[in-house]
Amino acid sequence: MITRRKAVASTCAALMPGFVLRFAPAYAQESPVKAIATFSILADFVRNVGGGRADVAALVGPNGNAHVYAPSPADAKKVADAKVVFVNGLGFEGWLDRLVKASASTAPVIVASKGIKPIERSADDHGAAHEHDHGRADPHAWQSVPNAKIYVANIRDALAALDPAGKPVYESNADSYLGKLDALDREVRDVIASIPADRRRVITSHNAFDYFGAAYGINFTAPQGVSTESEASAKDVAAIITQIRRDKATAVFLENVTDPRLMRQIATETGAKVGGVLYSDALTDPSRDAPTYIDLIRHNLKQLAAALTS
Amino acid sequence: MFELLIAPFTEFEFMRRALAGALALALGAGPIGVFLMLRRMSLVGDAMAHAILPGAAVGFLLSGLNLFAMTAGGLLAGFIVALLTGLVARTTELKEDAALATFYLLSLALGVTIVSIKGTNVDLLHVLFGNVLALDDQTLLLIAANASISLVVIALIYRPLVIECVDPGFMRSVSRAGGPAHLAFLALVVINLVSGFHALGTLLAVGIMMLPAAIGRFWARDITLMIAIATLSGALAGYVGLLLSFHTGIASGPAIILLAGVLYVASLLFGRVGGLLRQLFPGRHLEA
Repeated sequence: MITRRKAVASTCAALMPGFVLRFAPAYAQESPVKAIATFSILADFVRNVGGGRADVAALVGPNGNAHVYAPSPADAKKVADAKVVFVNGLGFEGWLDRLVKASASTAPVIVASKGIKPIERSADDHGAAHEHDHGRADPHAWQSVPNAKIYVANIRDALAALDPAGKPVYESNADSYLGKLDALDREVRDVIASIPADRRRVITSHNAFDYFGAAYGINFTAPQGVSTESEASAKDVAAIITQIRRDKATAVFLENVTDPRLMRQIATETGAKVGGVLYSDALTDPSRDAPTYIDLIRHNLKQLAAALTS
Repeated sequence: MFELLIAPFTEFEFMRRALAGALALALGAGPIGVFLMLRRMSLVGDAMAHAILPGAAVGFLLSGLNLFAMTAGGLLAGFIVALLTGLVARTTELKEDAALATFYLLSLALGVTIVSIKGTNVDLLHVLFGNVLALDDQTLLLIAANASISLVVIALIYRPLVIECVDPGFMRSVSRAGGPAHLAFLALVVINLVSGFHALGTLLAVGIMMLPAAIGRFWARDITLMIAIATLSGALAGYVGLLLSFHTGIASGPAIILLAGVLYVASLLFGRVGGLLRQLFPGRHLEA
């Protein structure tokens, strides 16, 4: 017969190992800095700089869409537990302020895009309706590799200020990662230089590549505004088709966050080549094409080169 | 005039496809909406729209944005809910509306659960449900096939349907065709909603079914004429709505439904049968 005392004792015994395990690392070594990044690409940067000293979680995970993201109570808990919160800024995370307030977090919020020269959304972007939560700046600054280096520097400085003991680690991590980004930047420039200038005209379903285009000299246009929230009207689609015909755009790209059927329709109607998927706001699962930022840029570059040169 | 009314369709293929889709949908949905309305089942379309979600979601999770997987899933879920509803309503004390309410809510809950298990933040509803501007060949064929099937089946079960609408008691006393006809009719509701979904989105699928029917009610007492008017007003709303979206830049689906709404308000005011103005200022009685 199981007595009450026995039950209590066995429950305690069952809980003990977990209890011990949870607290053991704190004595064994310094516990890692708990950091939150709002989306997967930013989390990748923080992971590269933090190495083993930072425990990084992304609020909007791989394949998620940060534009229409709705925080859950579990996210509020993650934010409350975090020592530091990294955000993109430039109006990308309209939902974040309320989340930080709601979670009663005291963690500093670090704007990783600080110091980047924002690109205004182009005037012909028919985007007046989207301004309510984005302002005029285009938030997708990480799409240009030189900007990504600014993100990394900001993250390095923030982590070093927060955890002075780890400063040398962060600096050496950041240096080696910045080196990889420099190599990536050269790679992108080399490949794009091999594409004839008059063929560098691309339509994508999500206006997220203006920074990439500005940095490397490719002309991107989109049938929808800067946000993926609104549905394209017949007028928008007609405008983009007219634009493809007039500009003789070479390629049309689909994306992992908006309706691919519309893109396919536009491509069949204009004869522009349909490229694969260009990733913009999110990394993919580890098993797919773009589990890290460097993979993401390489993947996009490969897709662009294939569609524009053939 | 040509620039305004015709040119968008001659210049752009996607506009022609959208128009063809809208017309085919109006053709199938018109008569079905009228029967739904006459049987006081106007909200059934909306409920069924939710019931279809888990099937379409499973189809999407299994094979991505695949028209046939999602259609098959949606049809299956819709048929199951329709059949269970019919069974419960005809064999137990529960009336049809309550039976449908229970099953569609369960189905919706299941659908949302399935969607959330997948765990992406991408708005699955946006992915699941189509866009009138993006009709490819497959989708157009699906809509056209559904409209054709609907018209043929309605022609076959027209008499029992009409009699059951007007006098269900009499129908039961003279024939056993009422039950099967009713089930066949519910099946038509499901296939029209599913095709409307993939082609045009939730709002449009139900809207293009019920608003034209209500419009027809204000202009005709005769059921044949009512169906004709419903189908025509649905088609008109589709055509003018697309033009509106083309010229002003408002989203196409809502534009079509809002146009139908304008027609509805006009019918409500000026309709020959029971319109408000007609009731306020009745014509003089015929005198011998």
